[in-house]
Amino acid sequence: MTKVSMTVNGRAVSAETEGRTLLSAYLREGLHLTGTHVGCDTSQCGACVVHVDGKPVKSCTVFAQDVAGADVRTIEGMANADGSLGVIQQAFQDHHGLQCGFCTPGMVMSTAALLAENPKPTEHEVRHYLEGNICRCTGYHNIVKAVMAASGQDVSALAAE
Amino acid sequence: MPKDHGIGAASKRREDVRFLTGKGVYTDDMNIAGQAHAVMVRSNVAHGRIVSVGTAAAEGMPGVLAVFTGEDFAAVGGNPAGWLINSRDGTPMREPKRPVLAHGKVRHVGDAYAAVIAETYQQAKDAAQAIADASVIEELAAVVNMADAVANASNRVHDEIPDNLCFDWGWIEDNRAKVDEAIKNAPHVTTLELVNNRLVPNAMEPRASIGEYSPGTGDYKLTTTSQNPHLTRLLVAAFVMGIPENKLQVVAPDVGGGFGSKIYHYGEEALVLAAAKKLARPVRWTAERSESFLTDAHGRDHVTKIELASDKEGNFIAFRTETLANVGAYLSNFSTATPTFLHGTLMSGPYKVPNVYVNVKTVFTNTAPVDAYRGAGRPEATYSLERVIDKMCRELGLDPFEVRRKNLLTPDQFPYQSPVGLMYDTGNYQATLDKVMEMADVTGFEARRAASAAKGRLRGMGLSTWIEACGIAPSNLVGVLGSRVGLYDAATVRVNATGNLSVMVGAHSHGQGHETVFAQIVADKLGVPESSVEIVHGDTARIPFGMGSYGSRSLAVCGTAMDKALDKIIAKGKKIAAHMLEAAEGDITFGDGKFSVAGTDKAKTFGEIAFSAYVPHNYPLETLEPGLEETAFYDPANFTYPAGAYICEVEVDEGTGKVDVVAFHCADDFGNIMNPMIVEGQVHGGVGQGIGQALLEFTTYDENGQLLTGSYMDYPMPRAEDVPFYNVDYSCQTPCTHNPLGVKGCGEAGAIGSPPAVVNAVIDALQRGGHTHVTHIDMPVSPSRVWTAMNA
Repeated sequence: MTKVSMTVNGRAVSAETEGRTLLSAYLREGLHLTGTHVGCDTSQCGACVVHVDGKPVKSCTVFAQDVAGADVRTIEGMANADGSLGVIQQAFQDHHGLQCGFCTPGMVMSTAALLAENPKPTEHEVRHYLEGNICRCTGYHNIVKAVMAASGQDVSALAAE
Repeated sequence: MPKDHGIGAASKRREDVRFLTGKGVYTDDMNIAGQAHAVMVRSNVAHGRIVSVGTAAAEGMPGVLAVFTGEDFAAVGGNPAGWLINSRDGTPMREPKRPVLAHGKVRHVGDAYAAVIAETYQQAKDAAQAIADASVIEELAAVVNMADAVANASNRVHDEIPDNLCFDWGWIEDNRAKVDEAIKNAPHVTTLELVNNRLVPNAMEPRASIGEYSPGTGDYKLTTTSQNPHLTRLLVAAFVMGIPENKLQVVAPDVGGGFGSKIYHYGEEALVLAAAKKLARPVRWTAERSESFLTDAHGRDHVTKIELASDKEGNFIAFRTETLANVGAYLSNFSTATPTFLHGTLMSGPYKVPNVYVNVKTVFTNTAPVDAYRGAGRPEATYSLERVIDKMCRELGLDPFEVRRKNLLTPDQFPYQSPVGLMYDTGNYQATLDKVMEMADVTGFEARRAASAAKGRLRGMGLSTWIEACGIAPSNLVGVLGSRVGLYDAATVRVNATGNLSVMVGAHSHGQGHETVFAQIVADKLGVPESSVEIVHGDTARIPFGMGSYGSRSLAVCGTAMDKALDKIIAKGKKIAAHMLEAAEGDITFGDGKFSVAGTDKAKTFGEIAFSAYVPHNYPLETLEPGLEETAFYDPANFTYPAGAYICEVEVDEGTGKVDVVAFHCADDFGNIMNPMIVEGQVHGGVGQGIGQALLEFTTYDENGQLLTGSYMDYPMPRAEDVPFYNVDYSCQTPCTHNPLGVKGCGEAGAIGSPPAVVNAVIDALQRGGHTHVTHIDMPVSPSRVWTAMNA
């Protein structure tokens, strides 16, 4: 067991890990930050996406020890300082961009990464960017709308509400 | 003006806040002091005789606390089928025992025959691998293909079942001769053989269970990913473990999607309880995704021949179907109802057709159990009908819109007794057909087709008109049909002294937004703010009773129970108000949150009445109990019958065979709408899954019974790029006539109506593009299948 330290959501943290401990397990089991979900074994579903040094990463593909010292942001760090929903989170609620909520943390983290690099994505760009995030509930309609709304675009004409 | 609260408002979902901030609590998020971890040892062959289980290999491995094998559960009960189906000759279905852990034989890849409990997950996993490596399982020939299963009697999934047949069911047997005669004499008969492809439900949250046991009290607690905690309690307690129901609490916390796959009781739930008792520690198990692929109940998997008899003008005379339905290796809880009473009873669709006969042979194979998946039997019926109708139109040179229109039931024909046993209460199928044709701009199709052609792409348009039976279900009816449970539901409305409410409901929300919608209904009825209503669900210790959520039943059945409990609250409130206002009870009216004396300005608010019920200083204690809490159970008088019409437009790349859905229009009749935002979301999700079935998803076992599509690397889940925006309308409303909310259910519609619309559109595109020899392609209509069909 090795003690691994990093910064998560602005706080210095550390937890004991084995060499094979994944970042997702480090967050969930070590730090009890269970908002990051694990939906598959093959790095396909995207429920576990977090940001590592500002880049979106599937935390089930990374060993915790390999990102020691990194600056990590998870869904628990996405609300405003006063605890209210951030812009992306609010857009997902406003446009019913989630149902069961299991894929949602990954969707929000991927959206944040998309909007950081492309502040006004087209529908096609949104759909393409989210190909690594699987949702079984929404048929993606309201997720795409929520992402575009979060970018400040008028989504009222995209399709019937 | 759209409403901003109560029934009909697009109230934002209160549950979203916890899900969007990472504060949801799903089963695997729980971290219970002292917990140990379970890992299952699963068969890597589809069919084999267990010679020895290598438990010794795990002894002494680090952290190992206990090992279980099938022998440990040989004396307890099995996981039962919920419906008893009789064959055409009157004999009951074959019902092999489904043990907690396999013993004697393993019957599908993933069938668990041992389990390890260890201090950590990794230790349990290492030990499970050691046991698997040390076990001896003599591989037997696998029974994979249904036709082979029935034909090759020497190769048996269950040694005691000689022909691998669970039952041979006819519906309705008395119709058979008449239908045969009608088809023999019909001017035209269209025949279509098709496959309804096997699907893996793939709720994004893998199954998980935590067992706890209190030695001091003998109480068990099961926290599990379930759509129906009370049903799970009944199955685990009474049928499998032999625990008194009152000593088992089942909690289904936040659950990440179900789509049917989490209705059922699975062996891991019994295992963690047995292990928790043995070790006097909490024991948890969480499926890896590959375990979900191997062991969650799959969906569909029908092979059907359908015949449609008509006159030359396309008036329907008869439908006749023969289906082989796969149940996999064991009978999952609803597996025998899904291909029968959720399928055969819908085989007249929304049409007036006098003669219908359905035959279903249900077959055991060495594959994962197959059971209800979103729609459950009704998508299979709809797909068969809507595909054969399109084929008939082509053979007779008729317009598919007009053929449907002239065969649809008309509004004056309700209530309608169908020839396959159901009594449709209300509907207006012409209205949804008109609406969807307007939405899709059918008359503008030719211009859009020409524009696609100019880009080198084939464009086609496909229609389906469909009906389903929801609000499952009247207990006396399903009892006659073989159900071993009642399908009522229950709710308790608890008004607190300060006037806010806790409402305990038997429905379970795993994405449907009940916490929001049920609160809207309560708020509307009592005239209180939505924010003062808390909806409690998913815990047998907190809710009165419930049969859970599936079959689009939550609002129609549980919502009605809640409505009836609210009626009781209002009735009691009137008695209290009459006393306080010194008026006759019959003179008290209730509205806008106030109890008033009719014709006067004397009134008491709902809050004042609630307070008086708990601080009964001025209260009729001689005749009325204090407190304000009421429970109602509701058993529906009939199914509900949502219906609709869907149009899909596709473009096909002639060079590659790739199909793109470029437009999808839905006109649904769900009766009254409680929250339009949530209804739209349900349709979107259902259509997304239906497009997935039509174009992408397939489940393939090789000839040895190995699952080739066992991960997201191989099983093509629909992604955001695979689907369009959907155009959804629900303005055609014929409210249900037998529940007070007038609701019909919207959860499964999208998955039922969409697959045939997509496939009809693809065939239309190919036909218009000159590939007139292509009359059918089985789902998924993948690029290779389309290309092969075009170039055959």
